[in-house]
Amino acid sequence: MSGREQILGAIRRSLGRGPLDPSQQADLDSRLDSRPRGIVPARVDRPQPELVDLFETMAREAAAVVRRVPDFASVPDAVQGFLAEHNLPAELVASPALAELPWAGRPTLSVRFDAARDADLVSVTPAFAGIAETGTLMLPSGAGTPSTLNFLPDTHIVVLPSARIVGPYEDAWDRLRARDRVGEGGLLPRTVNLVTGPSRSGDIEQIIQLGAHGPRRLLILVVEQGDWPGS
Amino acid sequence: MQATSRSFVANARQAMADPTLMKAMGNIKAGFQDKRRATVAKLPEFEALRDRGRAIKDHTLAHLDYYLERYAAAVEASGGHVHWARTAQEAREIILALCREAGARTVTKGKSMVAEEIALNHHLETNGIQPVETDLGEYIIQLRNEPPSHIIAPAVHLTKEQVADTFRANHTHLAADRPLVEPRAMMDEARQELRARFLAADVGITGANFLVAETGSSIIVTNEGNGDLTQLLPRTHIVLASIEKVVPTFEDASAILRLLARSATGQEYSAYTTISTGPRRPGDKDGPEAYHVVLLDNGRSAMLGTEFQDMLRCIRCSACMNHCPVYHSVGGHAYGWVYPGPMGAVLTPTLIGIEEAGHLPNASTFCGRCESVCPMKIPLPKMMRHWRERQFDRGLTPATVRSGLGVWAFFAQRPGLYRLAARVGAAVLGRLGRSRGRFTSLPLAGGWTRTRDMPAPAGRTFQDLWRERRGQ
Ligand code: SF4
Repeated sequence: MSGREQILGAIRRSLGRGPLDPSQQADLDSRLDSRPRGIVPARVDRPQPELVDLFETMAREAAAVVRRVPDFASVPDAVQGFLAEHNLPAELVASPALAELPWAGRPTLSVRFDAARDADLVSVTPAFAGIAETGTLMLPSGAGTPSTLNFLPDTHIVVLPSARIVGPYEDAWDRLRARDRVGEGGLLPRTVNLVTGPSRSGDIEQIIQLGAHGPRRLLILVVEQGDWPGS
Repeated sequence: MQATSRSFVANARQAMADPTLMKAMGNIKAGFQDKRRATVAKLPEFEALRDRGRAIKDHTLAHLDYYLERYAAAVEASGGHVHWARTAQEAREIILALCREAGARTVTKGKSMVAEEIALNHHLETNGIQPVETDLGEYIIQLRNEPPSHIIAPAVHLTKEQVADTFRANHTHLAADRPLVEPRAMMDEARQELRARFLAADVGITGANFLVAETGSSIIVTNEGNGDLTQLLPRTHIVLASIEKVVPTFEDASAILRLLARSATGQEYSAYTTISTGPRRPGDKDGPEAYHVVLLDNGRSAMLGTEFQDMLRCIRCSACMNHCPVYHSVGGHAYGWVYPGPMGAVLTPTLIGIEEAGHLPNASTFCGRCESVCPMKIPLPKMMRHWRERQFDRGLTPATVRSGLGVWAFFAQRPGLYRLAARVGAAVLGRLGRSRGRFTSLPLAGGWTRTRDMPAPAGRTFQDLWRERRGQ
């Protein structure tokens, strides 16, 4: 008997029953399909424009920097301004998905569209969603959105359309399932990073320091007008 | 790891005599307790979420066979592979074989208590594969060749001076006179050292906080981003998870995640919650080419249906040890095996046997704080009592305790005699101790009076005083 059969058999013996009968299985199947929601905190119970404010407050509490820009066209300016303020080089690696932004209007910025390498200091990536409940970004991987950009550089800049800000985690999952037809034959992306503030550790004397292995700085640019293509 | 739980009493005595350790343990209150309290106070739904979390886990455990099968099928559908390991030995062998298949020379590791449980590092090392711990705390203790002393803050027992000494002793290629005073400098140094290791590793091994049956995904929660780089950069990602980690859906995982960070570090949410589903997809520019899950039983299936089943709800948040007066006094190493504190006192005997770990369920004052902060409402004190009963039933309780309990039981079953004996005892001790109000030594009670005074009784028994108050 395989390890699998032995473990499943041991579980059933301990639970004092055999394999579930078809009607019990059908009940469990329907729980998996209907995905019941539990308790969603009342703090997200507010109209969408106020969720944007909540997102901002919570992300700041987690030590992210949040700035609002009017539209996608203003993103390169905002990026350059932030880099200048922090004396960072005007050299970026960005998600291929962001190639359409008007980077050319800022010729001093040098932008490469690729996965991150060890030497990269600054990355720019798009967010699929922002979760107001805790100021959390949802960053799925894909051909246009390599995950290394979220971790290797010291400064991580994320572009988040305000239309993409939802209340609880569950709403973000529903949006991602809908995009990728999860549950109808589609797969989740290989990696989904839920990011709340920059990297940190308290492992030495329980004193929190930012920038452990991931980014030391997280800038979120909330774009007030517009949304990603195809949505 | 070789268990030293049998010598808990000696371990504890030694720990309490160590001023450096006691200083380090003093960081826990501000580091964990105060933050937890503040964050929990900001979420009015916290109590209701505890009930929800408990219900989700109870439901899953009652149908664990179903959810594991659904989970495994979903992993395979996403291009990953599932390996079932009944014992620690089987898990070690499976992982070694996977590392060899990948031609691995070094593997990076995200923090995993299950990897500690199966003593994975030792097994890889003796077979010529170098494991590199990447969590800052785990990295520090790996350099010191020590086991973790806490389930989420493995180096909580160390002061920053000890960390600095460790780095100087190991990072010998760096300038010997470099300043290394503040945690900031130490963390930057570790980041530098580990970056090269991340990039060179052939295999990345992580644990899992949750396995999601709906999609076959594994979830890890970190603050450093170390587990995330561990599973992202190497060619092969191996997830090592015990079978009770499965939950049905992301809605269920979300509910419990609302409890986890708040209970653990007092954060609203940890910096990184990373969900992995299968290997790299066509067109992806990064991510592992192979994705394996090793599902470990190692005694869990045998806990189902017993008085210890509730322990399988544990999400390894560490709140119970952060609020435990015994853990604070003796530190994690005294417990002598992988899991310390109240959760360890319950879990360790199930995993290595009550013969080995019999002291641990006795290392409790039964103050009940662990249960009151446990997000999954696990009745830890009750389960420690179950272990004490089992210990007694199997004749493992020390002879003095057994005969003492025997004497007490004799009187307790004879109420008249009990009242008489208690009255005599209280009167005698009350008279003897009247002048000072306490005893610094008493015959037959040396174990008590060696470390604290015994208050002198009031001269009358509780039952007599009670009867008088009620006017009988
Ligand atoms: S027993 Fe409860 S408090 Fe302790 S680690 Fe497990 S879930 Fe957390």
